[in-house]
Formats: sequence, structure tokens, C-alpha cells
Amino acid sequence: MIKTEYIIRSNEPIADGVYRMRLEGDTGAIKAPGQFIDISVPELFLRRPISVSDWDASGLTIIYKVVGAGTDKLSAMRPGAALPALSGLGNGFDMDKCARHTAVIGGGVGVPPMYGLAKRLLERGHEVTAMLGFNGTGDMMLVQEFEALGCRTLVSTADGSFGVRGFVTALLPMADFGSFCACGPEPMLRALEGAVGDKPGQISLEERMGCGFGACMGCTKQTKNGPKRVCKDGPVFDREVLIW
Amino acid sequence: MVDTSVSLAGVRLDNPVIPASGTFGFGYEFAEIYDINCLGSISIKGTTREPRFGNPTPRIAECASGLLNSVGLQNPGIDRVIAEELPKLRKCFKKPIIANISGFSLDEYVECCERMDKEEQVEILEVNISCPNVHGGGMSFGTCPESAAEVTRAVKAVTKKPVFIKLTPNVTDICAVARACEDAGADGISMINTLLGMRLDLRRRKPLLANVTGGLSGPAVFPVALRMVYQVYEAVSIPIIGMGGVSSAENVLEMMLAGASAVQIGAMNLVEPYACRDIAKQLPAVMEKYGITDLKSITGGAHNG
Ligand SMILES: Cc1cc2nc3c(=O)[nH]c(=O)nc-3n(C[C@H](O)[C@H](O)[C@H](O)COP(=O)(O)OP(=O)(O)OC[C@H]3O[C@@H](n4cnc5c(N)ncnc54)[C@H](O)[C@@H]3O)c2cc1C
Ligand SMILES: Cc1cc2nc3c(=O)[nH]c(=O)nc-3n(C[C@H](O)[C@H](O)[C@H](O)COP(=O)(O)O)c2cc1C
Ligand code: FES
Repeated sequence: MIKTEYIIRSNEPIADGVYRMRLEGDTGAIKAPGQFIDISVPELFLRRPISVSDWDASGLTIIYKVVGAGTDKLSAMRPGAALPALSGLGNGFDMDKCARHTAVIGGGVGVPPMYGLAKRLLERGHEVTAMLGFNGTGDMMLVQEFEALGCRTLVSTADGSFGVRGFVTALLPMADFGSFCACGPEPMLRALEGAVGDKPGQISLEERMGCGFGACMGCTKQTKNGPKRVCKDGPVFDREVLIW
Repeated sequence: MVDTSVSLAGVRLDNPVIPASGTFGFGYEFAEIYDINCLGSISIKGTTREPRFGNPTPRIAECASGLLNSVGLQNPGIDRVIAEELPKLRKCFKKPIIANISGFSLDEYVECCERMDKEEQVEILEVNISCPNVHGGGMSFGTCPESAAEVTRAVKAVTKKPVFIKLTPNVTDICAVARACEDAGADGISMINTLLGMRLDLRRRKPLLANVTGGLSGPAVFPVALRMVYQVYEAVSIPIIGMGGVSSAENVLEMMLAGASAVQIGAMNLVEPYACRDIAKQLPAVMEKYGITDLKSITGGAHNG
């Protein structure tokens, strides 16, 4: 973990209520896709955890949905402004555990971190199928970006306005993958757990956080290996240890 | 040169800055980012006899200048705290440690204090009496002077280390509870624990915390904590560790002038991981600004006579 200050380079809507923010600054603490940063928003006491969607030596990209006071303030911030954050939080996905052919499965604002993961898996020579679930074309995002990476990209929408009608689980039979990585709303992850059979997988969880770096025990989930902190021991967990 | 050292019931601290229990884990998370030996002491996560998962999540909610928590004393239990956590802390921390003890029965307090009494480097026991008494109808030990005194007497009988009783502010007369603890042999008072509060989720029209209510802390509570420390200082003659919303070196001085001999910092560690280090670092300059050369001499300085 490092405490740092990023400079906002761009902050633009990419779907209904969803913004992409490019931040410039120290990314040295970011070691794996699926890690997150904890952003200090002016006038709000707690920091806001947001996943790193992609990063390089000079900066990173986050993609966030406006759901409350903090994300609303974020969406109004202009390029050039400073954004204090804790960076390089959480464990991230362990790519060594990924099979030759891995499905990266994302739902809603769980899609962004899967982008950085897919990119790095492809760089390492894995075959990647992206399975992305949305409510409809309104909240759809990053589909072209995934395609541009060169991975097979399957899309489901709950209202049938694009791709396969239904939830992301409807896409599972369409590829023959050896393992999966997933991030998304809890109902989606639960459905996935029931539908994916016995394939090994890693799942990224969300919980309300106090600190974001392991000090307060605010974000604990019970697992088969005992209580674990989503912020420090996670947010990514091996499928086998989770209790649904 | 100013002197930042203070004394707590005979235990000398290089400075009065102490991370508060529950907001600093067992210290080593912070040791990854700075040398925690710049702190006067550390109050470790509240420890119970059995391992506890704590309350269901969400356990954290935000409010203006503070947060609510309903963590519910998640800890690995005293066996593992002694076998695993304290050794890890000792590796990176060479100063006196404050062991924070919780219990749901008198027996549990006694057993935990007896065990901690044998731990080297633990120089103060801080006994948190805000837990509900499972044998006493669920009322917290800290809400009535009699049960607070009962816990104090029981733990004093099993330890030679100084015992600080940590008081809950959720009472009508905190001075009466503090006095009862002093009469029962307490070596000091720690105060305040969190203030009971709640938040609602407008979308679901339900409480934000799974536990419905939680404890409020952070800068929002500073004036309440300061007032209580001021009142308790007049009611007892044992030392007070003051806490509640402290977020700057100036706040540390205010707490001490109100009556605290040392100060703990809780919520600020969660949003500013360097908060305690920075406050300890700024303290000498702020002392100089207000003409203070010997910090321990200002305790209670705001009172008349
Ligand atoms: C590890 C992690 C990664 C995340 N990554 C992303 C991401 O890439 N993109 C994205 O859009 N969202 C992400 N979220 C969710 C995001 O943190 C919340 O949407 C955001 O904190 C809401 O803040 P707010 O002030 O707008 O909402 P408010 O409801 O006003 O926030 C009040 C409090 O609740 C917390 N909170 C509210 N909703 C959530 C939630 N769903 N999860 C955790 N805390 C919440 C806030 O942090 C704040 O402390 C992530 C959450 C976690 C835990
Ligand atoms: C997340 C969290 C966990 C806490 N856990 C404990 C605990 O285990 N034992 C205890 O005595 N106090 C606990 N407290 C209370 C603090 O030690 C402190 O008394 C209180 O938060 C007021 O200080 P502050 O306003 O600086 O946070 C906790 C507070 C927070 C925010
Ligand atoms: S949010 Fe504090 S421990 Fe995870």
C-alpha cells in the first residue's frame, strides 16, 4: 500500500451514470489485476474503494458508477484536479492459478477490473473468453475494448437489447474454459456459483469498508478458512473457500 | 527542546499518542508503512476468551465527520492473540503495549486479564466494559456503577499491572461510573468508547448496519468526549486516557488540558493511515506554539484551582 496523490487526466461518461477516469501518478504499488485504490473524496469522511481497471507505469484507469454522494462528487471533478488515494490495496487475481483457457466473467461495475485481467492473461499467452453481463444497452460498457484486446467477447443483457437475453450465466455453455475469474453483484456471483459446475475459479467480492487496508475488521466475510478481510485478504478469493 | 513524555500510573511513555483499540489491528499492518516506534504505546484490538466473528456485515456506515461501526469485537481469541499476534507486534514495536480486554461475563474478564498479566511488554490492561453482560440480563457492565466496580475488583485481584477501565459514554452519569471504578481499585480510566447511533438506507428504507445500531466515533464526537474527560477529571484522582474524535496535535493538547494524561486516536487511523505518526511528529512544534515545555504538566490545566 502507498498513500499518494493522483492527477485527474480525464473523467468522462461511458454509459448511463458510469464514468471512466484516467489518473496520472505512482502505480508502483499495483501488482495484480483486481486490486483497488481507496479514494479520498472532498468533505466525506470515509474513502471510496474503486477497482483498478487498467494501469501502466504512468497512471491508471478507474471506471465507476454514480450511486451516492461520493461517486457523484467524483463525477463532477475536472481534469487537472488532485485526487488523494491509497493505492495498491487488496490481493488481486492470481494469474498463476488461471487455466490455459480462462473465462473472465463480469457483471455491471464488476466488468472494469476484468479488463486489466484479460489484457494481462492474453499477454501471458492464455486463451481468454470474456463473458459480460449488463441490464441493457444503457449500462453496457467496454465491449469494444474487450474485442480490441483480441479475446472472444460474449455479452448478455437482462432485457435482451444486446447479445444473449438473460444473465451472464446464460453465456457459460458457449465456451469450453478450464477456469474462471469473476466480479459482479452478489446475486450474479451466487448464480454463477450454482451454474458453473466444478471448474476452479477466483471470485472478487465487495463489502462496505472502514479503512481498506486491514485495520478495522469492518469488511469481514466468513470463509471455510475462517473470517477473512475483503480489503486485505481479498477482495479476490478462491471459489472453494467461499460460503454462499 | 520540549519534553513530550507522559506517565500513566507509573508507566512512562515517550509521548502521549496511542492508537485506540480496534482501529490499529495488532499494529503490524501499520508497521508496513511506517516505524510505529514513534508512538507512545499501542492499544491492541479488543480481546475476548473465545474467537469471535463479530456482527453480520454491513458493519460500517458513514456520517458527517465520522463513522458508525458494529464490528462486534471480532478477534481471534486470547489463545491466538498471545501465541500469534503479540509476538508479531513485539517484532516491530519496542514500546509498552496496552492490552484491551473484553468479556461477556466476570469469569471471562478475569481469565483474560490473568493471561495478559503474564505477557511481557504488556504494561497496562485496558478493560473495556461496554459489552453486554450475558449473565446480568444483557445490560452492558459499563452502564451501572455497581457492575463496573464488580469487574474492576475482580480483575484487580488477578493482576499486578495497572488496570485502566474503559468507559462507555452511553450513560446518564459517567462520573458515577468512574468514581465506582476508582473506589474498586482501578489505576486509571480510558474514555470514551463509541456513542450509540444509527443510519438508514433511503433506498431500502432500512437500517444501513446489519446490526441496526452501531458506535459513532471520529471528529464528530470530539466535543462530547472532551466534555466527559473534563467532568471525570473533577470526579476522580486517577489518570485518564482521553479519546474520541482526536484528529490533530491541537486536539491532543485540548484533551490533556481537560484532564487526560495520554490520548488515544481511533477513527482517524482508518482514513489517514499516517494520522498517529503525523500527530506525534507535529506535537513538539504545536507545544512550542502554545508555550508548553513539559507536556505532562498541562494535564487538567483547564480546571480552576
Ligand atoms: C474492493 C471494491 C472495489 C470496487 N470497485 C468498484 C468499481 O470499480 N466501480 C464502481 O463503480 N464501484 C466499485 N465499488 C463500489 C464502490 O465502492 C461504491 O459504489 C462507492 O463506495 C459508493 O460511494 P458513494 O459515496 O457514491 O455511495 P454512498 O452510498 O453515499 O456511500 C456511503 C458509504 O457506503 C459505502 N458504499 C456504498 N456502496 C458500496 C458498495 N457497493 N460497496 C462498498 N461500499 C459501498 C461507501 O464507500 C461509503 O463509505 C467497489 C467496492 C469495493 C469494496
Ligand atoms: C472500527 C472500530 C473498532 C473498535 N473496536 C474497539 C475494541 O475492540 N475495543 C474497544 O475498547 N474500543 C473499540 N473501539 C472504540 C475506540 O477504541 C475508541 O474508543 C472510539 O472509537 C473513540 O475514538 P475515535 O473517535 O478517535 O475513534 C473501536 C472503534 C472503531 C471505530
Ligand atoms: S475495511 Fe478495515 S479491515 Fe477491511
